[in-house]
Amino acid sequence: MSGTSSAAKSMNLTLHVWRQAAAHAPGGIVDYPANDISPDMSFLEMLDVVNERLTEGGQEPIAFDHDCREGICGSCGVMINGAAHGPMKATTACQLHMRSFSDGDEIWIEPWRAKAFPVVKDLIVNRSAFDRIIQAGGYISAPTGTPQDANALPIRKPDADLAMDNAACIGCGACVAACPNASASLFTAAKITHLAVLPQGQPERSTRARSMVETMDLEGFGGCTLFGECQVACPKEISIDAIMQMNRDYIMASATKVELGEWAGSA
Amino acid sequence: MRRLLLFWGSTVGKKVVMAVTGIVLVGFVIGHMLGNLQMFRDAEAMNNYAAFLKSTGGLLWVARAGLLTAAVLHIIAAVQLTLINRAARPTAYVRRDPQVATFASRTLRWGGVILAVFIVYHLGHFTTGTFHPAFSHRDVYGNVIIGFRSVWVALFYVIAMASLGLHLFHGVWAGVRTLGLQQRSEVPIQRTVALWVAIVVWAGFTMIPVAVLLGVLN
Ligand code: HEM
Ligand code: FES
Repeated sequence: MSGTSSAAKSMNLTLHVWRQAAAHAPGGIVDYPANDISPDMSFLEMLDVVNERLTEGGQEPIAFDHDCREGICGSCGVMINGAAHGPMKATTACQLHMRSFSDGDEIWIEPWRAKAFPVVKDLIVNRSAFDRIIQAGGYISAPTGTPQDANALPIRKPDADLAMDNAACIGCGACVAACPNASASLFTAAKITHLAVLPQGQPERSTRARSMVETMDLEGFGGCTLFGECQVACPKEISIDAIMQMNRDYIMASATKVELGEWAGSA
Repeated sequence: MRRLLLFWGSTVGKKVVMAVTGIVLVGFVIGHMLGNLQMFRDAEAMNNYAAFLKSTGGLLWVARAGLLTAAVLHIIAAVQLTLINRAARPTAYVRRDPQVATFASRTLRWGGVILAVFIVYHLGHFTTGTFHPAFSHRDVYGNVIIGFRSVWVALFYVIAMASLGLHLFHGVWAGVRTLGLQQRSEVPIQRTVALWVAIVVWAGFTMIPVAVLLGVLN
């Protein structure tokens, strides 16, 4: 890190942060100075510094979600200056660095906004709606036991790649946050596509598409207008092509006779 | 039936209905635009074309019923989805900057409202003659010329056709995707076809009121 020209210069910033004491408490934007911030800090480290100073001053620190801090767990999403995870493409908030900002900048920080993602406190939202979408079908039923030989099931390279691209979803919720409709279509579609292109995903393919789409609607997410905001917000760059796959599978599933629940317990 | 209701009950199902009815309406709009270009041949060509359409009798009513059904389903699904989408974000962001959403996609809903108002006015203007100052059931050419001599009427048509062009630019592309018909591509946002449909339809329709106002058609 030392030796980069930016390392020496610290920045003074102004934060406009959404503060909300509890789920049903009223919330609002509160301004905080963030002085002497190193450009080499990550965005979350910057918040840590601000929180340390707040705590020292006897104030309540800003609550935000985080875990791995290396862009793989999907915990850390917040809206930064009107963009999910901030200005860097393909980057989670924890991997965003303060060198993306300039001295004197004002930074707006807000929680994801969706009916299905209620605020828990400050910047933390409850994303368990995603878990319920997964529980509705984002898995395969397989007998346990000794794992099969990896080469026993041949999979075409393009299909394996496509499955991997969609399996890259970390469930951070940026797609919902960025969507003008607060739609969970990209998330749901990534999970559906990931399994739809693999042989292991075939037995439950149509029940999966139907129950996941229906759960997504029931949770109170919006529909897809194909604005395209989700795919640029996605830190894993998942393509909205996945939404075509979801729709195809949903249409096919609606046209066939398989009833919901038919697979439940059949393993 | 139960399955159909479940399908219609989902956001994906409603979007599929919008895509299918939208494609029917796009087909109509392209045909209608091409038919209208008879205006540029002469009055006889236009009137003969109109007389031919009317001579199809029963078929004309079948087509009208189909178009009305498509338009009504399209509008109902649009209203319901808009309500669902609004409800999905009860608290607005203090700051949200759209990153890539096109002007066309963001004006889809209000553009649709302009088109709905336009269709009602347009049917009263050129089909029934209710809103027309000197309507003739035979001289369709004359109806168009007299109708567009009013600058305000012509301007309304021009604005409505601009909304139509924008609506088509997003709609044609989105409809194909909603039905899952596009191939996966390296360039995920492939809009060339939609752009050309939108430009051709917009230009074809807009030419007529503009030509009347400029005195090219009289
Ligand atoms: C500059 C633009 C347009 C012009 C000059 C125009 C002209 C006309 C004329 C002259 C008729 C009556 C034909 C007849 O009675 O023989 C007609 C009918 C109609 N137009 Fe247009 N039109 C335009 C745009 C549109 C658009 C954009 C739509 C739909 C979105 C539309 C929908 C209709 C419909 C539904 C009818 C009635 C067809 C029927 O009789 O069942 N028009 N138009
Ligand atoms: S904290 Fe894990 S992805 Fe950011």
